Parts: sequence; structure tokens; C-alpha cells
Amino acid sequence: MAPKLPIYMDNHATTPVDPRVVEAMLPFFTDRFGNAASRNHSFGWTAEEAVENARAQIARLINASPKEIIFTSGATESDNLAIKGVAEMYREKGNHIITQATEHKAVLDTCKRLEKYGYEVTYLPVEKDGQVNLEDLERAITPKTILITIMYANNEIGTVQPVAEIGRIAKAHNVLFHVDGVQAVGKIPVDVQKDGIHLMSISAHKIYGPKGVGALYVRRKNPRVQVASQIDGGGHERGMRSGTLNVPGIVGLGKACEICQEEMATESVRMAALRDRLKHAIMGKLDEVYINGSLEHRLPNNLNISFAYVEGESLLMGINDVAVSSGSACTSATLEPSYVLKALGVGEDLAHTSIRFGLGRFNTEEEVDYVAQRVVETVSRLRELSPLYDLAKEGVDLSKLSWKTD
Amino acid sequence: MYSEKVIDHYKNPRNVGSMPKNDPEVGTGMVGAPECGDVMRLQIKVNPETQVIEDAKFKTFGCGSAIASSSLATEWVKGKTIEDALQIKNTDIVRELSLPPVKIHCSVLAEDAIKAAIGDWKSRHSESASEPQASAASPKAE
Repeated sequence: MAPKLPIYMDNHATTPVDPRVVEAMLPFFTDRFGNAASRNHSFGWTAEEAVENARAQIARLINASPKEIIFTSGATESDNLAIKGVAEMYREKGNHIITQATEHKAVLDTCKRLEKYGYEVTYLPVEKDGQVNLEDLERAITPKTILITIMYANNEIGTVQPVAEIGRIAKAHNVLFHVDGVQAVGKIPVDVQKDGIHLMSISAHKIYGPKGVGALYVRRKNPRVQVASQIDGGGHERGMRSGTLNVPGIVGLGKACEICQEEMATESVRMAALRDRLKHAIMGKLDEVYINGSLEHRLPNNLNISFAYVEGESLLMGINDVAVSSGSACTSATLEPSYVLKALGVGEDLAHTSIRFGLGRFNTEEEVDYVAQRVVETVSRLRELSPLYDLAKEGVDLSKLSWKTD
Repeated sequence: MYSEKVIDHYKNPRNVGSMPKNDPEVGTGMVGAPECGDVMRLQIKVNPETQVIEDAKFKTFGCGSAIASSSLATEWVKGKTIEDALQIKNTDIVRELSLPPVKIHCSVLAEDAIKAAIGDWKSRHSESASEPQASAASPKAE
């Protein structure tokens, strides 16, 4: 059966809201519209109860206590609150933060801003597979280090970091450990106790919940972590994040976490099977395609491939009934391809040819087969158009040519 | 985000192909660089008597706008004398394909490719052609 078009396979960017999540949210727009901070009537109590239920659902998924969950507008805010909040709160202890080159911009740009205010940031390089080198990490720690912030899994290449080992290093050196858990939570088992995590950012819309809501896990015991609020007002969320709670969104995030917890074991196996089906269908038909990131430590739903001699944006144009994402950045003024691929040591020539496939809960085998077929056809057609493919077939080593790059 | 003309050239590129590089009547221009995400190779076949470009072929590694710009360039140079072809400006290509500002470099590259191909052809046909003068924009083996 032909799949319905267009096909969405960009689930690292966002996911559709699961109908079960929508159903859970709907009453909180109308009948149960109360402000969770209203303590004097049943409308407020109903909303508060729903919020506390969601807090528990989220906490269960990551093995935390409900009191350790702070609601935010999304993971970008969570990252900002964690990093800036720790930087401000622990300023007397030190001014050094350690992160890595492949973090999301919400972490990197937050760190860059702190540098302007006198903080020092170490941006660790990563290995070829995208993992941080633990010895590098440990060596980077100084008496001034207050925070290590490393993502659980990368949004472009799906590489999963050795989080538990990083947690142990952080603990041994008495440094706080923040994790951007956006791509990992709900997809692979994440346990803040086992992993030694002190703060973790979570987003609803990456796990089939609504946009505009997220959470920050803030550890309350061993040690008790404090963050300085970045948004001031009514003192909501234990003073860490003021602002009326987005009750329908929070209910949605809670329900999304509950579904992930119940279905993760089977869903991750299904995702990996679809991913491998896609990989084999493409790699069986095309030569000179390269997988970016780790094969071993990888999210089950991620595939990032460089198609040598075919520019990514032109490939996307050829498969315009499929929504995927390109590591090329032909539209940007700098013409810089993905900084994540660059950090892996992928040459800029190959980085321009990369495509990220992000599989999700609602993708089917038929869709995977269709996408693979379209990719194979389009890459083959564009290679016929590529002077680089010609040169390569003639046996010319492209890296030995000197190109005029101005 | 792409104009209909860009999409048309992308889907049905004109004059795709190669001509023998060593044919004395063929001029080859290769511009851009893989690490910048754009490489264009434009080849022209010129009648030495009339200086008219009788055929043109291209191959391009690059985004849809780069493919369209080079495809259009081959259409425009065909039938022109090399002096007329040298008058083609990147702004003409921008206008014809309605390229947005971020894609202007594609049109610049196409203009460079025309100039490089003509330069290559001229270098084979001028009196002083005994020492082959590689076009500035062509990649050279190190």
C-alpha cells in the first residue's frame, strides 16, 4: 500500500502530539481551566491536582521525586535556567563551566553569554563517534569548576554519551552535572539516580507532547541543588520559575511521559528495526554513503548519513514529499555546514552531503521503504549531475585537488 | 522558497553532460569548492572561425539554485559569441531565476564558470598558448 504523503521523518525536530495526550489535555482548556496557584476554590484545586499528577508521571519516568520537577516553557528555558541559575547561585565557589562542542545551541549560546559576564567555559572536543573523552573531561576540571553540562543524546547524530561515567566524575570532584535530556528521555532508559545527574532538561514536544512546555529536574538530596531564578514574579515552582503554570501543557507532558514509560521497551525495539531497515535499504543500493555518529551508542530512532558528491539541500529538494533535515547550510550566510558534524571531524565536503532521518512513533515500514526508494533514486540522479562523482569515478582524489575558496 | 523556474531547471536540467577536456575546441571551467557546498563545471564548444559557442554542457554539485544557475548559463551561452557570452552578468541570472539574497552566490559562481570556460578556451587559442595557462578558478592537481 502506498503511504500517505508527505511523510514526516524529522522527529528530532518535533513530534506530533499523541492523540492520547490530546485527550488528556482537552478538559484543561475548558471545564478545568483553573489557575493551579488559586488556593481558595475548587477550580484551582483541580488544576493543582492535575499539575501534581503530571509531576509524578515525569518523575517516575526518570526515577526522580515529584518535588524535583520544575515546569518551564521548554527545554531551551530549562537549559538556560540550569546553567545560568547554577552559575549565579554558585558564583562564590567558582566561575568555570565545562561543556562540549556538540551541545545544542541552547546550551552553547547560554555558555557564551556567561563568558561575557566573566565566567570561563571549556568546550571539549568529541571523538569521531561523537562521544566526549572522559579523560579530557576529568582533566578539564579545576578547583573553579562549578558545572559540567553534557547532553544525554545528540539531536543530529543520535550519539548517546557515557552519562553515568560523567556523573561519577562529577561526583568525585564535587561538581554539579547538568544534562540536556531532550532527545533521550522517553526514548531510552534515563535514571537520574544511576546516572548521577543533578539537573536535567526535558521537553514535551520531542516525546509526542505539546510544544511550549518542558521541565527541569533539580536534585533535592545528595546534594541539594539550588538554582537562582531567571524569571521573577509570583514565586511559583518553589521560587525557581515564576509564572502561571501552563496546566494543559503540563498535563500533556505528564501523559506523554507516562506513555513513553509504558511503551519504551517495545517502541525502542520497533524504532531500531525501522532505522536498520532504512539503513540497509539505502546502503544496499548506493555506494559511498557514510553513517555519521556512533553505531553502538546511538538513539534507536536516529540515522545520519552523508551521501558523497550530492549536496544535501539539492537532495532534500528531490525528496520534497519527505520531511527530513540536512546537515548542509547552503541557506546560511556563512555557508558553514553543521557544527556537530564538523566537531566529529567529518570533512566539510561530506558534511554538506548529510541528511538526518528521525524516526518516530507513527512511522511505518511502508513509509521507510518509500523514503529509502526516493533517496536512492534522487541520489543516483544527482550523482549523474555531479562533477565530483565524475572525478571520483575517474580515480581523482578530490582532497588532492586545490580548490579556489574565497 | 524556490521559484518555479529554479524547480523546472532542477527537475529538467538542460545540457547535462561532459565534453572531452582535451578537445582543442572545448573550454572547461570548474569553479567553487566541495567544502563550500558548490562546484560547477561548465564546458563550451567554440567554433574557432566564428567564435560562436556551438554547444555547452554542465555538471554541478550544489543546491537547487546552483544547479538551476548553471543549467540556465548553458542555455544562455549557446549560440552566443564568446564576447557576447562574457557580457552575461550574475544579476541577469538572479533576475531570471528570482533567486533570494542567500542564493546570489550561486549566480556569481555561474558567471565565474562561464568566464573560466571561455578563459580556458582562449588560452588554447591565443598565440601565446604554448604554455597552458590554467584558469585561475580551475582546480589544479597539486
